Amino acid sequence: MSYLHLAILAPLLLSIFMPFFYKRFHLIHTGWFVLPLPILLFLYFLSFIPITSTQKTVTESFNWIPSLGINFVAKVDGLGLLFALLITGIGALVVLYSIYYLAKNKEKLNTFYVYLLLFMGAMLGVVLSDNLIVMYAFWELTSFSSFLLIGFWYEREKSCYGAQKSMLITVFGGLAMLGGIILLYIMTGTFSMTEIMSQPNEIFHHDLFIPALLCILLGAFTKSAQFPFYIWLPDAMEAPTPVSAYLHSATMVKAGIYLVARFTPIFGESSVWFWLVAGVGLITLCWGSIFAVKQTDLKAILAFSTVSQLGLIMSLLGVGAFALHYEGLDDNIFTAATTAAVFHLINHATFKGSLFMAAGIVDHETGTRDIRKLGGLIHFMPITFTISMIGAFSMAGLPPFNGFLSKEMFFTAMVRVTEMNMFHLETWGISFPVLAWLASIFTFVYSMILVFKTFTGKFQPEKLDKKPHEAPIGMLISPIILVSLVIIFGIFPNLLSDSLISPAMAAILPSLLHAREAFEVHISFWHGPTIELFMTIGVIIMGLILYKTYPKWQKIFKVIPEKLSLNHVYDQTIKGSQTAANKLTNMYMNGSIRTYLVYIFAFLITLLTITLMWKKAFKLDSGNVSFIGVYEWVLAILVVVGSISILFVKSRMTSIILLGAVGYTVSLFYIVFRAPDLALTQLVIETISVALFLVCFYHLPKLRKFETRMRFKLTNALISLGVGSVVTAIALSAHSHKLFSSISQYYVENTYEKAAGKNMVNVILVDFRGFDTLFEITVLAIASLGIYGMIKLRLNRGKE
Amino acid sequence: MEILMAIVIGILFMTATYLMLSKSLLRIIVGTGLLSHGAHLLILTMGGLKRGSAPILGGNAENYTDPLPQALILTAIVISFGVTAFFLVLAYRSYQELGTDNVEEMRGTEQND
Repeated sequence: MSYLHLAILAPLLLSIFMPFFYKRFHLIHTGWFVLPLPILLFLYFLSFIPITSTQKTVTESFNWIPSLGINFVAKVDGLGLLFALLITGIGALVVLYSIYYLAKNKEKLNTFYVYLLLFMGAMLGVVLSDNLIVMYAFWELTSFSSFLLIGFWYEREKSCYGAQKSMLITVFGGLAMLGGIILLYIMTGTFSMTEIMSQPNEIFHHDLFIPALLCILLGAFTKSAQFPFYIWLPDAMEAPTPVSAYLHSATMVKAGIYLVARFTPIFGESSVWFWLVAGVGLITLCWGSIFAVKQTDLKAILAFSTVSQLGLIMSLLGVGAFALHYEGLDDNIFTAATTAAVFHLINHATFKGSLFMAAGIVDHETGTRDIRKLGGLIHFMPITFTISMIGAFSMAGLPPFNGFLSKEMFFTAMVRVTEMNMFHLETWGISFPVLAWLASIFTFVYSMILVFKTFTGKFQPEKLDKKPHEAPIGMLISPIILVSLVIIFGIFPNLLSDSLISPAMAAILPSLLHAREAFEVHISFWHGPTIELFMTIGVIIMGLILYKTYPKWQKIFKVIPEKLSLNHVYDQTIKGSQTAANKLTNMYMNGSIRTYLVYIFAFLITLLTITLMWKKAFKLDSGNVSFIGVYEWVLAILVVVGSISILFVKSRMTSIILLGAVGYTVSLFYIVFRAPDLALTQLVIETISVALFLVCFYHLPKLRKFETRMRFKLTNALISLGVGSVVTAIALSAHSHKLFSSISQYYVENTYEKAAGKNMVNVILVDFRGFDTLFEITVLAIASLGIYGMIKLRLNRGKE
Repeated sequence: MEILMAIVIGILFMTATYLMLSKSLLRIIVGTGLLSHGAHLLILTMGGLKRGSAPILGGNAENYTDPLPQALILTAIVISFGVTAFFLVLAYRSYQELGTDNVEEMRGTEQND
């Protein structure tokens, strides 16, 4: 257990003490006790930058289940460190924000911070684990804590719905990912990421390559809200805003991005990977940006914009995998796509975090998030307006903010795709820049809607519950820090190049680097008059036109009927599977014993008949049989006639007496077959049984006198005929296949020699196999106690 | 003889199954009685029939019938007797409490779902 392990587990450990802090120091907001931890962790992780920027990694291992190859191996490389810094940095800002956002005396702060810390620890575990099973464990913990956080206000129906939806979808993907991990284990024999990376060729040519790829991608797509699994994210907006800002914009939804980046060295060369990651990313990008325009709720706009931006990063990672088709770094135009992905990942965390916090402030200070009710807030909340504007302009990709730079790089990457002549890109490649451009226009439109519908226009005080005013300074600190970063990264884009971006790229594309080589990341502000610049100008012009004419074309969203939406499909699937399962269960579980017996007997007959036929086991050997005397014939006929006539008699008493007759005939059989002890026992027991039957059924007070013959039912007849013939067939075949002789010769020889008895059956019962007898006595004892209890114990007698 | 016995046992199983599929609780119990007779006879038959005298030493018999199946059946008889007795009293008590012997009517109430 090293300091690194301790750092990952620290949030989990601290969460144990949260209820204590909450109860003991209830005058102080519990968040203040949480705040130092992410700050300390952030500083701790900063100390790794000098190591990772020289392309080195830190690995610490701690044995967990060594016999299964599952050990808690913590590994810090460029990619893991980038995410760890995002998680702890934004975590600290979110905790600070939540201290002012959540009221001390109204909310259950103890549970909130427990869940938040659980999430933080789980997320650190995901990005810093080298062992895939450990990573998976943390991955599910993020799903779980996210579920708890979305359902934080569990008395609201929508929160519960959103929590359940996100749980079902992310856990579905998580399980698929577990499948992928196991497939990778089958291929490589290890759960260690580093060791799996070292044998990409074996994996690439293995039959399980594609299934493993699909499973891992399913995990990544569900977690990162890619098409068509994005539907949980807008519903997750029922969570408190700090949670939305932290989980559903900056960290958890990027776990899928992390996964894709992490597995690029293994799967990246395959065309399936490229088409799925880049294709799904682009579809998500367009879809999310178009539907964000439709939304009227601030957080819903932000949710769809998150979906869309995640699609952008995903598509960049897909295109970035092209770099693997080049040898080395010379003239490798596609490494720039990966640079853009990593850069945009950081940028998105900054501007989206600040936008969510600003939306939370608007919600907190006005009581609504509906843009139809909002407007003209610029006079009341100038600081919030500035924050939102910078964030939104960065999101729209306007200079001089960081979003502009990453959008330019995004366009560059998408334009370069058209130059490729593999994976059918010579025909389909042109769609990449077109879709990217289209999505950027809509991104521009919703960014403008987000800012200007909220803060400019007509102020409508009658629609607001509260009189709006500027938020307390404590609430503003975190978004101000984030938007300052938006501007700083925009103006000095190379601030992070060597420290964070280059090492992260080294982790995504390790095979391109030779010894002591590093990615040269240089993000320049001004490219000169390139095609990307004209695309951006086009985006701004088209975006402005569309924004101005928005009321005219917003009806277009009504063309798409609600029934075709993915949410409808999801709801119907859930509802449909419930009703289908209900119907199915009601169909075969009808509560009637007879039906269940029919199933059981029919199954028995089918299974045995098929086995007999399939194995060709039926055999009739008459050479081994003994002679039939007249006496046996008579007894056999008696048994058959007796048992069959039970079916036809009307009276209960007659059927009991007939059962007795069959029993006595059976004891006569025992006499014929030389079994005196059996005959004695059978006679006695048959007598007692018949007496019991008669007692039970004669003295019944409430017995209704409907003595009818059994009604004939064809199913019952067929099934019983089947059971009878199967038993006969098996008995005949078993008797005809004598495989070895009996062990009874031993008993015959030793009954007197060793056990000092002459009655072999009795000696077997009490000496050779005495244990059977002991427990048969126990059975009788239990039966008699049970009967006694049943008759004597009347617990509900008093009630009636 | 074994072939005849196999057929007799098959008929016992058949009638037992038919009775167990009926609605009356009494007939179901009678069915289980027939089923245990069938099973006991099956054990005996599969052990081989009539290969000597009864398995008691003392006479000057050359060979004996197999004692092991007989011991097994003896155990089985006692156990099935215990179970049948319990089952009978259970049926008797359910008559008393529910006033019916029709298993189709014994489906549990809405509260039990």
